[in-house]
Amino acid sequence: MSDHDTPGGEVARTDGEFGATAVRLDEGHVIGDGGLPDRFENPGLEPHQQRMSDQSEAGAKRAEKQVAALFSLSIIGTIVFVVAYFALDAHAYVFIPGIGDMDYSNAVLGTALAFSLLGIGLGAVHWAKTLMPDEEIVEMRHPMRSSDAARQGVVDTMLDGAEGSQINRRPLIKYTLGGALGLFAIPLGLQLVGGLGPLPKNGLSLTYWNGPIGPDGKPHFKPLRLMRDPENTAIKVSDVTVGSVFHVQPEGLLDMDSGVLEAKAKASVLLMRLPPDTITSRKEIAWGHDGIVAYSKICTHVGCPVGLYEQNTHHLLCPCHQSTFDVTDDCRVIFGPAKRPLPQLKIAVDDEGYLIATQPFREAVGPSFWERGSA
Amino acid sequence: MTTSAARPADGLRAGDVPASPPPSAGSKKLGGVAGWVDDRTGAAGGVGYLMKKVFPDHWSFMLGEIAMYSMIVCLLSGVFLTFWFVPSAGEVVYHGSYAPLQGVTMSDAYASTVHISFDIRGGLIIRQIHHWAALMFIVAVSAHMFRVFFTGAFRKPREINWVIGCILSMLAIVEGFAGYSLPDDLLSGTGLRAAEGFMQSAPIIGSYLAYFVFDGPFPGEAIIPRLYSVHVLLIPAILIGLFTAHIVLVALQKHTQFPGPGRTNDNVVGYPVMPVYAAKAGGFFFIVFGAIALMAALVQINPIWAYGPYDPSPVTAGSQPDWYMGFADGALRITPNWFEFDILGFTLSLNIALGALLLIPVMYGVAMAYPFVERWITGDTREHHLLDRPRNAPTRTALGMWALTTYGVFMFAAGNDIIAIKFGMSINDITHFFQFGLFILPLIAFWATRRICLSLQRHDREKVLHGRESGTIIRTAQGGYFERHSGLDPYEQWTLVQHEPVAPIELEPAVDENGVARPAARKDRLRARLSHFYFRDVVNPVTPSELAAAHHDGQQHEAIEAQALSHSIEADPESASGSMHVEEGSEPEPTGGHGH
Repeated sequence: MSDHDTPGGEVARTDGEFGATAVRLDEGHVIGDGGLPDRFENPGLEPHQQRMSDQSEAGAKRAEKQVAALFSLSIIGTIVFVVAYFALDAHAYVFIPGIGDMDYSNAVLGTALAFSLLGIGLGAVHWAKTLMPDEEIVEMRHPMRSSDAARQGVVDTMLDGAEGSQINRRPLIKYTLGGALGLFAIPLGLQLVGGLGPLPKNGLSLTYWNGPIGPDGKPHFKPLRLMRDPENTAIKVSDVTVGSVFHVQPEGLLDMDSGVLEAKAKASVLLMRLPPDTITSRKEIAWGHDGIVAYSKICTHVGCPVGLYEQNTHHLLCPCHQSTFDVTDDCRVIFGPAKRPLPQLKIAVDDEGYLIATQPFREAVGPSFWERGSA
Repeated sequence: MTTSAARPADGLRAGDVPASPPPSAGSKKLGGVAGWVDDRTGAAGGVGYLMKKVFPDHWSFMLGEIAMYSMIVCLLSGVFLTFWFVPSAGEVVYHGSYAPLQGVTMSDAYASTVHISFDIRGGLIIRQIHHWAALMFIVAVSAHMFRVFFTGAFRKPREINWVIGCILSMLAIVEGFAGYSLPDDLLSGTGLRAAEGFMQSAPIIGSYLAYFVFDGPFPGEAIIPRLYSVHVLLIPAILIGLFTAHIVLVALQKHTQFPGPGRTNDNVVGYPVMPVYAAKAGGFFFIVFGAIALMAALVQINPIWAYGPYDPSPVTAGSQPDWYMGFADGALRITPNWFEFDILGFTLSLNIALGALLLIPVMYGVAMAYPFVERWITGDTREHHLLDRPRNAPTRTALGMWALTTYGVFMFAAGNDIIAIKFGMSINDITHFFQFGLFILPLIAFWATRRICLSLQRHDREKVLHGRESGTIIRTAQGGYFERHSGLDPYEQWTLVQHEPVAPIELEPAVDENGVARPAARKDRLRARLSHFYFRDVVNPVTPSELAAAHHDGQQHEAIEAQALSHSIEADPESASGSMHVEEGSEPEPTGGHGH
């Protein structure tokens, strides 16, 4: 036995000369041979303690009044609710200390409802605890298992039934039934899964910036202006001062009658202007314009909008899972669970001085998916 | 009130001969209706049995009740909401009474939720009751699970109910997520956006999965009605079915009880349904409902009008799911990004799939498997109806705390941004702390819990052996001093000594008595090792012999003493034996409890 095995050694340690009280705390269950039983006996139920309401009629009367008071409280709560429902202005606000401004009618209606319910509940429980019998009752348990005879009976019934059906003697029936039962769910499953949605094809890889899908099934790109979201106005280079940030959608997206949210979910772009000398990536400079750069706003982790731009550090932070992207270095991930940089949108200035995208995103925006690299 | 009704002061008339008055009009009437039903169903026997059924009393048994009642409140308030909620992503322009949203284009789902909150009288209270009840439901389910786990209530014959309970818990969080996604506000839409990202991360089938669930590109117009169908029909139906099975099994197997005087593995001690539990449990439903109503009245929850309608491009800082989804969100936040791999041009995003797709099934899979694993390790195949005091199963309790701490790290990691803001700390440091903490903190929790359990077990032994310190100092004839300890009463003592002595499974010797090698199967060796791990250091209950020895008032202790001495000398001569109570310099005097 090592020290480790008797960790109680430290509590039992004392002077050797007082070895007389030799029962150790960590040891346990020394049965001994002194004629004592091996284990303690269950002493049975404790004697019943009488309650106040058992001892005197006055105590019982008091309990009765308390229960009645609680039930009355419930009735009052119900009445208050009904009155307040008709009487209160629904759009008033009230200041409640510790909680703040809140909807007045909601507070009153809810509190009244709570009293209406709590009165019944507390009353019933108080009644049970003070006046109803409180002597414990012993009910015996029985083993869960059935008797051997009952078990054998079931087995016999099943075997007899199987015998009567001749399933074991007629393998043709057995195997075709097995096959039929194994397959019958397929039509139902097929109908469900087949009807749930279209195949993704290249849907996750294309955005509104790619241009409309032509009859050949391929998108036809044309340069699109960068539009402010939600104003839906084009952006001049001079509007974009250093340190500013714009929420951008492609020209035409916000004018659509339908599918706006679906298009936005992939095409949203953040436009920022940095002092050009802070940008360290040559590709980023080349794809931008005089320190103005445009990046996909859709996080490469699980697709939340990367909403927080820190002007001083030029970091973009996704508020969902805190992935942090360095705008000075091609939106490389510098912290957090996202793996890939935000895709950059190549921009230029058109004849009228407005910012345009000169090519669509070169990779799928947003969260990763298995075949994103092959699209 | 008729003269035959039970009166509170009946005890005063205990000796009276009860009169049997003729049946009252009320009972005749009741008998008439019940008779009509029984004529057609024969239910009297079963109902009578159920009404007499005994349930044990303990505060922790109410946790499951809270779960049950808050689920009923959810169902009830949910039905109310369906009368006004419009489960459609179709676009409308808002013209209700909430001024800040006037003229804003939004979905039907969002508009109708705002409508419920502002233009249906009392609508907000029902909405808030629904949401609070849902949170309460999942809190209570979790707490109930902890109670069942830490007291060993999942042991035979209740393994099936444990598995059902785990499924209920898992369905509850899915149901909750589906529910809070329905209003289609900015916060819940961001949650759905992330959920779509999770689906995309599934290896190979990800983009198909996402397109099938959302009927095309995100967000689409299908997800709201589909979630609605899942939320109000599919999952509630399964929840109610499994919940019914759960309750039926509890009734069939009878409730477990805590050990104590008069309680055995073969009985159940408590109060009958009629009248005590009918009043207590029935009343408790109203208390739970009332408490939820009070919260709904005074504490605002999910003010969707403040978030605005969903739009995939804006987002609010501090976006958080409801608490029960926090652990999965936290797992995503602390998974390092190098878990995304590029394989032959294909992308395997384990940085997402691990936390978003695998964590929940793995967590519940481990939970469901636990009773079977423990049973195999301990080799205990008996029925257990008496609960373990958590200290008496130190390894199980410690494993539970290990799991809870792991869960806790994940959950707090989901608040890393909030912690960073509130405490002015670096989010990077906090995230790194959780990344390491995920592995270290649960081990600390395991170790500490085990030590605490063992200490408590020793404390129990000490209390039984030496009684309670009375504060009375006795001076002996020789001039020594000791404190008198008063013994425990047999009822209190029983609770401390009732548990079973346990020992690890021992391997049979490698060589039998004839010197022939007996190769233990690898499985047996593993089992013996695990059994040793499970039972190591466990402190067994005091026996009557030990108590007698400790009392020093008989000769019986001599044998024990010799045995214990030889034991400990073998181990450590320094700690040969002794008592904590004998002060240095005093005589080796009895430590009290002479009454025994």
